[in-house]
Amino acid sequence: MTRLALFFFASMIAALPLRADDLPDQVTTYRLDNGMDVVVIEDHRAPVAVHMVWYRVGSSDEPRGVSGIAHFLEHLMFKGTDTLAPGEFSKTVAANGGTDNAFTSFDYTGYFQRVAVDRLDLMMQMEADRMVNLRLLPEDVATERDVILEERNSRVENDPGALFREQRQAALYLNHPYGTPIIGWRHEMEQLDRQDALDFYEAHYAPNNAILIVAGDVEPEAVLALANKHYGPIPAKADLKPRMRPSEPPQLAERRLTFRDPRVAQPYVIRGYLAPERDPGAQEKAAALTMLSELLGGGQTSVFSQKLQFEQQIAVYSSAFYSGTSLDDTSFGLVVVPAPGVTLEEAEAAMDKAVAEFIEEGVDPEALARIKFQIKASQIYGRDNVQSLARKYGGALTSGLTVEDVQAWPDVLQAVTEDHILTAAREIFESKNSVTGYLMGAESVETKEVTQ
Amino acid sequence: MIRLFALCTLVLGAASTAARAEIDIQEVTSPGGFTAWLVEEPSIPFVSLEIAFKGGASLDAPGKRGAINMMTALLEDGSGEMDARAFTTATESLAASFEYDVSDDTLIISARMLTENRDEAAALLRQSLIEPRFDADAIERVRAQIISGIRSDLTDPDSIAGAAWDDYLFGDHPYGSALDGTQESVAALTRDDLMAAHKATMAKDRVYIAAAGDISGEELAALMDSLLSDLPDTGAAQPKDIAVETTAGVTVVPFETPQSVALFGHGGIDRHDPDFFAAYVMNQILGAGGFESRLMNEVREKRGLTYGIYSFLASKDHADLYMGQVASANARIAEAVQVIGDIWTDVASNGVTQEELDSAKTYLTGGYPLRFDGNGRIAGILVGMQLDDLGLDYVNTRNAKVDAVTLEDVKRVAARILKPEALHFVIVGQPEGLESTVAN
Repeated sequence: MTRLALFFFASMIAALPLRADDLPDQVTTYRLDNGMDVVVIEDHRAPVAVHMVWYRVGSSDEPRGVSGIAHFLEHLMFKGTDTLAPGEFSKTVAANGGTDNAFTSFDYTGYFQRVAVDRLDLMMQMEADRMVNLRLLPEDVATERDVILEERNSRVENDPGALFREQRQAALYLNHPYGTPIIGWRHEMEQLDRQDALDFYEAHYAPNNAILIVAGDVEPEAVLALANKHYGPIPAKADLKPRMRPSEPPQLAERRLTFRDPRVAQPYVIRGYLAPERDPGAQEKAAALTMLSELLGGGQTSVFSQKLQFEQQIAVYSSAFYSGTSLDDTSFGLVVVPAPGVTLEEAEAAMDKAVAEFIEEGVDPEALARIKFQIKASQIYGRDNVQSLARKYGGALTSGLTVEDVQAWPDVLQAVTEDHILTAAREIFESKNSVTGYLMGAESVETKEVTQ
Repeated sequence: MIRLFALCTLVLGAASTAARAEIDIQEVTSPGGFTAWLVEEPSIPFVSLEIAFKGGASLDAPGKRGAINMMTALLEDGSGEMDARAFTTATESLAASFEYDVSDDTLIISARMLTENRDEAAALLRQSLIEPRFDADAIERVRAQIISGIRSDLTDPDSIAGAAWDDYLFGDHPYGSALDGTQESVAALTRDDLMAAHKATMAKDRVYIAAAGDISGEELAALMDSLLSDLPDTGAAQPKDIAVETTAGVTVVPFETPQSVALFGHGGIDRHDPDFFAAYVMNQILGAGGFESRLMNEVREKRGLTYGIYSFLASKDHADLYMGQVASANARIAEAVQVIGDIWTDVASNGVTQEELDSAKTYLTGGYPLRFDGNGRIAGILVGMQLDDLGLDYVNTRNAKVDAVTLEDVKRVAARILKPEALHFVIVGQPEGLESTVAN
């Protein structure tokens, strides 16, 4: 009966092709004369707009020795301009019924407000103002540095899994700055000062290094007019440097780490491999890796789940993960959380065996068809949330991709074949490009584990 | 259709601008007697459906803590003639999504189904609600996952703080312990316990339904009948209300970690109290989030003592709390505690300023329509309104209730709700200069 049901659902995929392609085009793009890119995403269901400015600069563009400055500057961007007092930016957004925030990653820094659509003009005026008119008082800088140290406490120091992630990431990248945490190393964060922030601001914040994204109940032409009014007068920065980060040398040695912390109750083994990212006009490899991660560890029907959780009770949780949106080489990850009585060594061996068997056995065509159908459906579901659509564009455009790449991506994924996936798997799982980590509790805890 | 528009209102010479949510909510009643709230929005070919059962994990039978949580986790692990993998395979083949989630007061199923295969998806959803299998291998797999999570919580500062706080406030009431259960209680659960948990929790006398998206009233009525008609008529009795009693002071839970995590608060206010909206506006000013609140301004912006501090009205079905949370380095948490106490006393005695009140009202009324911007979110709000026993017209009257709150109302409710003499802190970490002031 189960098999019958499977057959029924599998055949239906062919019978009912999703018509995502027929949905009206939502996205319009422009470029201002000063080089600022503009992306407009329309959704007319509610009179709401998300206004975002993304800068093509992130923590991996920091000079060495001032780790965390990109993120620190993001905080300080709320501390006032020639015309706005410290805190007045957010206060004004709130007084207009909106919410605002900002985020920093390896490859980008973004600022956004969510407001009623008739407040867009005001948001652009304020965001354009702080692109060039930031003013920082020394006492505000000192207090905010305490805030980012507390943020590091909350996100990292209080969480052994996060401390471990920093160590693994640092080991995976021998030379590229992706090995440095976005929030910064604590000892360097403690020394960050006002001048560091202003230097970084001067070097990177300019219209020709920024992307404006407006999503919601807006007309593209009207957004363009507002953008020209507020961002248009800001001159391009002529001496903007190209983003050239130090690249990885050949990686010759497999790396293995063990991190012990008494706060770890559930040990796990996790491995990362250096992996290629989506490149403009060349996203096929990344597409194959995306499908590989889904097939291998994307949930209850995945290969890992079947081999490690259903056929044998090796794991309580297992997964594979990959995100191709990145300016430089990214990583492909595998993780296994062992079941009680299973050691990390046994879990790792079972994980390796599952990967080897997958490459040997090949791709289940029904599983691949299901994943492709879900990707099609996600284009429909995605239209329900323009903020996440806006984030998708922002993340891609600050990672070296173009609007055409973003729009081609679903088709590139659909075109992936079993051959592509197996070839990608054979290339990616190269131990000399990998870091294998064991996260464990204190010695005594582990001894207790073994005796159970 | 979702219709929201900005509307200028002139009230007795005082001008205020607020976007007003004019959402067309239909009440749909099915032949089988189920009622749902629906917002039709045909522009994207899928529907979001929320099905909520009041009672949630608080209906655990004595000695069976964790049974309802485990039962909920198993709903997607095999039903009808499908085992866990067959069910997931079928769901994925339809690109449908079913989430099963349980909290203290509610068990909620959030479903997302494409229009083109909605009948097939609904059939899957139905069998997971009505005919879960609770297969032995699935039980053991999920049991191991839950126990792994419970063990991790025992060394996670946030989880330790939550557990200590609940225990301090609620003791033996179901609210007093984690709904996951303990390693021992979960280890002892049997298939019979899960079957009983299913019957106790998911019954017709406690179900609330909302939908938003590409579905008509007629179609929704038929869908409800096919999904829910075979549920039992009644479930377990709801738990008793419990009074919240706290004393001023600190409970320290020693734990070796660099940053102390604190929960604080005392009793709150009922959702249907005439002063609820005044309290809601007061909390917006005191600490509801955003960078402008008193707590955020004094503790973070002025002193850099934390990354985030928030307060909230936790009006649960059987207890009302007013509480907050903060995290500061061990050496600095004592100062944060001091500042929080000072703010509590200040607002309780002096209320807030007209400027604070005006901007809080503008924020709350202006931001309200912005919430209704997706099928999933709308369905979630509509089912929440039903669970809170708010009327069908609530979305259209809510902003007027916020606008009606006066400075005098806030002052009165602040004096009534904020109790510096009962403000208790549970702190996990190695807080310097703070010791437990209460034996329990």
